Amino acid sequence: MLELKSVDAGYGTFQALFGTNLEVKAGEAVGVIGPNGAGKTTLMRVISGLIRPSRGTIAMEGRDVVATPAHRIVDLGIAHVPENRRLFPRLTVDDNLKMGAYMPGARAKYAERLEFVFDLFPRMKERRSQMAGTLSGGEQQMCAIGRALMSDPKLLLLDEPSAGLAPVVVQQVFELVKRIRAGGLTVLIVEQNVQQVLRVVDRAYLLEAGTIRASGTSEEMMKTDTIKQAYLGV
Amino acid sequence: MQGFLDIFDIYLLEAVVNGILLGGVLALLALGLNLIFGVIDVTWICYAELVMIGMYGMYYMVQVFGLPYWVAAPIAIMLVAALGALLHYIVIAPLLTAPPINQLLATGGVLFILQSFATVAFGIDFRNLGIRLPVLAIGDMHFSYSRLLAFIAALLGMLAVYFFMTRTYTGTAIRAISQDRQIMSLMGVDTKRIYLITSALGGALAGLAACLLVLQYDVHPFVGLSFGPITFLICVLGGLGNFVGGFIAAFVFAEIISLGGLFSDLEWGYVLAFAFFIVMMFIRPAGLLARRS
Repeated sequence: MLELKSVDAGYGTFQALFGTNLEVKAGEAVGVIGPNGAGKTTLMRVISGLIRPSRGTIAMEGRDVVATPAHRIVDLGIAHVPENRRLFPRLTVDDNLKMGAYMPGARAKYAERLEFVFDLFPRMKERRSQMAGTLSGGEQQMCAIGRALMSDPKLLLLDEPSAGLAPVVVQQVFELVKRIRAGGLTVLIVEQNVQQVLRVVDRAYLLEAGTIRASGTSEEMMKTDTIKQAYLGV
Repeated sequence: MQGFLDIFDIYLLEAVVNGILLGGVLALLALGLNLIFGVIDVTWICYAELVMIGMYGMYYMVQVFGLPYWVAAPIAIMLVAALGALLHYIVIAPLLTAPPINQLLATGGVLFILQSFATVAFGIDFRNLGIRLPVLAIGDMHFSYSRLLAFIAALLGMLAVYFFMTRTYTGTAIRAISQDRQIMSLMGVDTKRIYLITSALGGALAGLAACLLVLQYDVHPFVGLSFGPITFLICVLGGLGNFVGGFIAAFVFAEIISLGGLFSDLEWGYVLAFAFFIVMMFIRPAGLLARRS
């Protein structure tokens, strides 16, 4: 479904990704793990068009992502839940969800998508007229994921969904990711919480210093010595 | 003694009502400027000059080409809306990432260009529509219909903007963009397009204000100076970019001008309003409704 080939990307003169190759197949959940500053967020941003690669190709279902204007990439079926959620704090939950359905194709399905999101997150229905900035951390994450789901995506990009949340809430967020997966959505998730994420995904990549160091199924990754020592604390 | 009080009260009431009527138009002007500042983060120094062009548009359509007022008004609004979009496209868009001082100087330059253009093209004569609306007399109080009409039309204009901003996708995007510019593309929003629409909307509000002001004031190339500065002060007092703050500040200023004019000359009303502004800047430098950080 999504394929990155030798992608270089960065900010100005600072290069964050070096020749990244990555593939996500339809129906899969794929994780990208690695330490802070490894380039995980850059990877997400380069896929959703927030930054442009200096080299390499990105294809979504065979269509060229790099040649697509940033605001049209949602139309390719890619929805990005950014790091720190990035809700519109002074808009209501309803208006935040509405923004997720901004594209003409999504507007037509607005009522249907809203019902889907409210089914998934009944809490959002209770809070619909509340300002997003007043929600708790867990609720904000629900709202951010809900906003992304409003566009009826094929591929959901999740950037550090557990960041800044209490341990109990982190559990809930990963439960949610499982449920979203079960609905048939393809998921690419970036996480520092390695132990948790490996339980949810089918495959994972290890990204360090902008380079893919290892990849494999979750079981393989859990057995890899370097990952065990550096990330699982075993 | 009783007789004196009666007269005093009626004049006071008249002044209060006139202040409210003036506040409506000032609020409309402030809304347009606030919209541009809040969304695009740019101050249109030349905002009142767009109003001036709109007033000339009305003058030429009504007095020279003989169009009825009601036909000319929508055309003038569209004309100034197009001018707002053009201003954004030609002057603001290339300077979006430039330092704020460059943007101020550029729109300040447009102010002088528009004034000079008006002087050359239209001359420095004072012109008016030649429409004399009757005066409404309630008891001993007198209110001009042109002010009442301006007040009602300004309120309707602001109400229309409110519904546009809250009910439509584009309006919601305009509110969202001022809160988080960078992620708008993730929503599928083309920020350039939203900026252009916002500029046209800001222009349309200036156009509406022009249609209303031209009923009360003569138009000349420097007419912008009589309400440009006060519009800026209102926006700053309300908190730049804060729509509700601007709305309240417009009525505060209008009442000070109107009541100050009652107890002394109208010019003293303006002096009081500006003095009040300076004092408020010491007490609440970020505006009446500043968000506490």
